[in-house]
Amino acid sequence: MALNMWVFIEQDEGVIEESSLGILSKAREVAEEGGGHVTGVLLGSNVAGEAPRLGRYGAHRVIVVDDPLLAYYHSEAYTRVMEGLIRERNPDILLASATRNGRDLLGRLAVVFNTGLQAHVIHFEVDGEGSLVGHVPGFGGNIVAVVKNVKGRPQMATVALGVFRAQELWGEAEVEVLRGRLDPSKFKVRRVEVVRRETIDISKSKRVVVAGMGTGGDLKLVGELAKILGADIGVTRPLADIGVAPRDLQIGSTGVSLKADLAVVLGASGAPHFVSGIRDVKTVIAINKDPEAPMLEYSDYYAVGDLFEIIPKLIEKLKG
Amino acid sequence: MMRNIIVTMKVTPKPEEIVFDSVTKTIDRSKATNEINPADKNALEAALQIKDKYGGKVIVVSMGPPFWEPFLKLAIAMGADDAVLISDRALAGSDTLPTSLTLARAISKIGDFDIILTGEESSDGGTGQVPPGIAAWLGIPHVTYVSQIEIVEKGRARVRRTIKGGYEILEVETPFLASIELGCNTPRFPDFRRKRWAEREFKLKVWTLADLGLNPEEVGFKGSATTVESLLERKPPERLKRKIIGSPEDIAEELARILRSLT
Repeated sequence: MALNMWVFIEQDEGVIEESSLGILSKAREVAEEGGGHVTGVLLGSNVAGEAPRLGRYGAHRVIVVDDPLLAYYHSEAYTRVMEGLIRERNPDILLASATRNGRDLLGRLAVVFNTGLQAHVIHFEVDGEGSLVGHVPGFGGNIVAVVKNVKGRPQMATVALGVFRAQELWGEAEVEVLRGRLDPSKFKVRRVEVVRRETIDISKSKRVVVAGMGTGGDLKLVGELAKILGADIGVTRPLADIGVAPRDLQIGSTGVSLKADLAVVLGASGAPHFVSGIRDVKTVIAINKDPEAPMLEYSDYYAVGDLFEIIPKLIEKLKG
Repeated sequence: MMRNIIVTMKVTPKPEEIVFDSVTKTIDRSKATNEINPADKNALEAALQIKDKYGGKVIVVSMGPPFWEPFLKLAIAMGADDAVLISDRALAGSDTLPTSLTLARAISKIGDFDIILTGEESSDGGTGQVPPGIAAWLGIPHVTYVSQIEIVEKGRARVRRTIKGGYEILEVETPFLASIELGCNTPRFPDFRRKRWAEREFKLKVWTLADLGLNPEEVGFKGSATTVESLLERKPPERLKRKIIGSPEDIAEELARILRSLT
C-alpha cells in the first residue's frame, strides 16, 4: 500500500526543531517497509534553504510554505495553511513532534478533519489495512496502550520527544516552495512580545543534578555540586511551578526525558510524573530525608539524610 | 462586565495509586483516590481571579459519571457560580474527538461566554488535545499553555504562553479558549460556609446526550476515531536500590567513592 506520510517540520525563526528530524527518519523506515512516500512540510519565513537537507533525514519530498507570518508558530496561521494543504493533497498520515506547538496544531486539525489523533507515541507503524498503529505511554510510562486509528484522514499522531534519532542516511529531497499569502488582519491572535532566555537542552546532557522540593528551591548548592560533577541542572515540576527554573529544565512526563549517564536527584520523593523522565538514565543517585520515599525504587544508590549537610561535605571530598 | 467564564473540569485518579495487573493486562483505578485534575484546578483559579477583577460568572462543565458530583460541588465551594455535569452511559469509551465535541456542545448550550479555560492536560490521559479540539468545534481562537491572563479592554485579552526557552505575550479577541498551565497559580481553598451551602442546597445541572442534541453514535466507542487494541506493561528499568545510611560524613564519603568510580 503506497501511503502518503506527512511529517510536520517544526521551526522557530529558521531554526529547525531537532525532534522533527527523528520523526522523518522513522517515517522513512516505516514507508520503506510498506512502499510509502514521506513528505516533510515546512512552514516558515525564508526557510526554503533548509529544505533540501531534510531529504538526508528521510524526506522524499519537502513542501515549503513561505510567509512572513509563519516565521514562528502562530496557531491560527499554521492551522489555516495546513488545512488548505491537506484538503488539496489528501495525505494518509500526518505526524508532528509532541512539543507544545505540535500538540496545539494537531489537536486543532484533528477536529477540523474529524479524524483520530494519537498522543505522544513512542513507537508507530502501519498495519496491513493502512491504519496507523502507535504505542501511547500512560501512567508514568509504565503502561503502554497500543492505539489504532479507525476513522478519518489524515490519520494523526504526535510523537514523543527524543524517541527517534535523526539519521542521515538518504539523499536530498525534491523541494516545492509555495507562498502563504496570509492576511494578518484576518487573525484574532497576535504576538506582542517574546521573552527568551538562553537554555540548554538537558535531554542531551551526559550528567544532570536534579533539584526537587527538598532543596527548598535553593539552586546555589545544587549548582556547586553540578559544577564539580560537570553536570547540568534540572528540576522537578514543583520547582518549575514556583518559577525557580524555566519549564525547559523540568524533568518528567510533562517535561524533558533524560538520556544521561548519571542523574543525582536531590530532595525528590519520586512522583510518577517525575520518574518517567529518568527511566533512561544509566545510573541514578538520590539523596533524600525520607528513608522510604518511592524514589528509592527508582534509584541505584539512595542516601538517607539531610542534603544540606551531606552535599557540602561531598563537594569537599570531590574537590580533594 | 464580563460575560460567562467557562471552565472544563475532569476528575482523575491519583497517578501513583493506579495499579496495573500484568496478568490480566488491565488497569485498576478502583483503589486510587480521585481528585479534581490538578491543571483544571489551576484553570478554575485563573477563572476566579478574572471574575474577582473583571466580574462575570464562572461556570464549570464536566463530562463524567454521576459520582463526580461532589467534585463539582467542591468547585462551587471554591467560588464557581454554577456547574454542569454531562453524564450519559453512551459517553463511555470516548477518545478526545467525541470528548471535545460533547464539551463544545455543552459550552454552546450554556452560551454567552467570553473565555473558556481548561487545564493544559489531564493527569491520566495527558494528551492536551481536548482544549484545541473544543475551540475548533466552536470555531473560536485558542491559546495553549497559558500562565497569565489580563483583560486589556472590552473584547481583548493579553495572555502569557510558555514557549521553548521562555514565553510569548499574545493579544487575543474574545471569545477564546485558553488552556492553563499546571502549577501556574495556587488554587484557593473552598470557603467553609459556601462549602456547606454547596453540599446541602446547590442543585447541580445534569445533562444527557439528548439535552445536547447528540446521538449515541457520535460519541463513546462508536464516535471515537482511535481504539485501544491492547495494553502492554513497560517495566521500569532495574535499579540497584542500595540504601546508604550513616552520618553525613560517612554518606558523603560513600557517595564520593561511587561518583569517582563512575568516571
